[in-house]
Amino acid sequence: MKKLSARRRHPLAALVVLLFALAVTGGLYAAFSPSEAKADDSSAQSLAIEEGKKLYSVGCASCHGTGGQGTSDGPSLVGVGSAAVDFQVGTGRMPAQQPGAQVPKKKKIYSDAETEQLAAYISSLGAGPVTPSKGQYSTDGADVAKGGELFRTNCAQCHNFAGKGGALTNGKYAPSLEGVSKKHLYEAMQTGPQNMPSFPDTTMPEKNKQDIIAYLDTVNSDKSKTPGGLELGGLGPVSEGLFAWVFGMGALIVLTIWVAARTAKAKKS
Amino acid sequence: MSTATDTGTPRRGKAPAGERVADWADGRLGIYSLARANMRKIFPDHWSFMLGEVALYSFIIIILTGVYLTLFFHPSMEEVVYHGPYVPMQGVRMSEAFASTLDISFEVRGGLLIRQIHHWAALVFLCAMFVHMMRVFFTGAFRKPREINWLFGFLLFFLGMLTGFTGYSLPDDLLSGTGLRFIEGVFLSIPVVGTYISMFVFGGEFPGMDLIPRLYPVHVLLLPGIMLGLLVAHLILVFYHKHTQYPGAGKTNKNVVGMPLLPVYMAKAGGFFFLVFGVIAVISAIATINPIWTIGPYRPDQVSTGAQPDWYMGFAEGLVRVMPGWEITAWGHTLVLGVFIPIVLFPLVLFAIGFYPFIEGWITGDKREHHILDRPRNAPTRTAFGVAWLTAYFVMLIGGGNDLWATHFQLSINSITWFVRIGFFAGPVLAFIATKRICLGLQRRDKEKVLHGRETGIIKRLPHGEFIEVHEPLTQEQMHVLTQHEQPKAYEIGPEVDENGVRRKVKGSQKLRARLSKSYYGKDAFIPKPTSEEYKEITSGHGHH
Repeated sequence: MKKLSARRRHPLAALVVLLFALAVTGGLYAAFSPSEAKADDSSAQSLAIEEGKKLYSVGCASCHGTGGQGTSDGPSLVGVGSAAVDFQVGTGRMPAQQPGAQVPKKKKIYSDAETEQLAAYISSLGAGPVTPSKGQYSTDGADVAKGGELFRTNCAQCHNFAGKGGALTNGKYAPSLEGVSKKHLYEAMQTGPQNMPSFPDTTMPEKNKQDIIAYLDTVNSDKSKTPGGLELGGLGPVSEGLFAWVFGMGALIVLTIWVAARTAKAKKS
Repeated sequence: MSTATDTGTPRRGKAPAGERVADWADGRLGIYSLARANMRKIFPDHWSFMLGEVALYSFIIIILTGVYLTLFFHPSMEEVVYHGPYVPMQGVRMSEAFASTLDISFEVRGGLLIRQIHHWAALVFLCAMFVHMMRVFFTGAFRKPREINWLFGFLLFFLGMLTGFTGYSLPDDLLSGTGLRFIEGVFLSIPVVGTYISMFVFGGEFPGMDLIPRLYPVHVLLLPGIMLGLLVAHLILVFYHKHTQYPGAGKTNKNVVGMPLLPVYMAKAGGFFFLVFGVIAVISAIATINPIWTIGPYRPDQVSTGAQPDWYMGFAEGLVRVMPGWEITAWGHTLVLGVFIPIVLFPLVLFAIGFYPFIEGWITGDKREHHILDRPRNAPTRTAFGVAWLTAYFVMLIGGGNDLWATHFQLSINSITWFVRIGFFAGPVLAFIATKRICLGLQRRDKEKVLHGRETGIIKRLPHGEFIEVHEPLTQEQMHVLTQHEQPKAYEIGPEVDENGVRRKVKGSQKLRARLSKSYYGKDAFIPKPTSEEYKEITSGHGHH
């Protein structure tokens, strides 16, 4: 304690106090700030309506029109098919929270049963891609290497070589594919949500879609191996450069200071 | 026993083995005089003097690991089908270069670790050179007699960038190929000769079969060879010039205060090498770099987002990314300004800092030797220029990673691009003004400290009720550091007319020089440092604070 009080007039004391105060304020904020999850739950509870049409007229009609014909705020849903509904509602993108460059993935609001009801209603408006069955997106016997080639040819220019996502123009983006379920990957390729082009079976057969899903499952999921150690986001040279500066050069500068502070001193006589 | 060590007494038996070896070597190499001159060479001690060492050691690490990699790498673009242990690549067609890099990563013992050490050390090497260069710049260590050595160092940095880029290109993965495609675009944008250069370098249409076999000797032999030569010259000149030192009591322009090379710095440098190696090895062991197995082999029809160069080329990437895609089409030919202007700017940005010592030398007209370093605040214009340059550089680094800034900060890539476009011009100006003012503020603070001492924060109440803050006077050493610098006069052209009243002819360049010199040494360039009269007056015991 005495040591501490003796140094309270040190030129650097103010800096130490400032850092300490910042850490405490930040820490307290992190500890006490309310989590956002609660708000979502309550809105989910308020949407407890059973049938697709009813669900639709409450949750979707304001943007997509009372009959799914589309308005200035949302596209027509005639002919988008149940696969599109299953993807958009199943990943929580729809209903959208607010207009913007792109509708982000969020906690899903409708239960699986409700999503199915919505999908049934939408597909009754016009024929479109049907929600895939388990057999369609299963990766048993898929060719991972082929999937990798297809992925690099068709997907990597937006989603990055490992499916980590990337930027598009004016705030739009290709999201990361990590943790996306096989079914949703399949549906996305089939329906082309938001800014993504669609890859119907005529241009990309079912087998190829399975190959791509298998590839992503191998390189970009929780069970994928990273032989080189930490992935650093899998974003390429930018994150590597940042890491080299912060941890490489940072550590080395600390070491130079440490070594220089431990110099051979002439004996004081 | 005592007689044996007496001087002049012939020794019984043979001399110790060490002495005999030294004698043998001296007879053939003349090491005595060499060692006598250099073993006790004095080096000053400061952490920032070890940044160059970090660069040196990471260069050695790169060479050592690079030699190991050459044993297993096949610089060939022959197409092969992969059958190795990495499942997601099995059956994929790729070049031999890429396949051998996969083999190094997955089959060669220690291959992946060595590859990662090689690549991480390369990034750290460039970081260390950059920081070292900035240390030399901001302390004015490049002044006479060290301008040539600055140039050597700058060339090392520049060649380091090129070597790094050629190395980045060798594995023939999707990022390498995209980078080379970019280089092809650079060649093609050069007016008149562009297509010829491109055809010559790639041995025909891109990508061809020749490029990697050609880049390989450039990366492993030509560039490192030149760099090694420059490095040795750089170090010899450091020995010859003697090391600079920070101002301090007892340190003058004519001495070097520090420790001898042997044994102190040999031991320290040896130990420090292993510390640097250790840090790089730890990073390489825990963090992936360039995971070519997920990036995939290069095919001209494929491209990935996030295709960036390593950090040291990032500002060049930025220049190209934010440049509007201007084109001029005339007489059936297209001039691609969108690429050509950035590649002209790229060397200009670098040369702006590379040739700075000569520019400053010309402006200030200072021909004296300098061995005492400047404190950056005491050279406000130089410091401000350096910060302005850094600002332009880092703004362009943001431009080079604009897509990742967009996704990670949820911004629009278009607005980032506009920010960078404006920031590249406005940022340096603002940084220059702000830095200069900060420097002057710090000079004022130094003056204040010398004259009034340090504010302790202790408040005292005097018997008659007045409150005063106790100021602690500086020690002699501290005061020396704050007042030792020179404040030279600005260069002047002289009177407009000569002694006969005839108008003198003054060259435009001399007028420019005088104006620039005024910004370096004019009355706005520094706060006059405290004189001893001022000091005496204040400290003569009036108790005036």
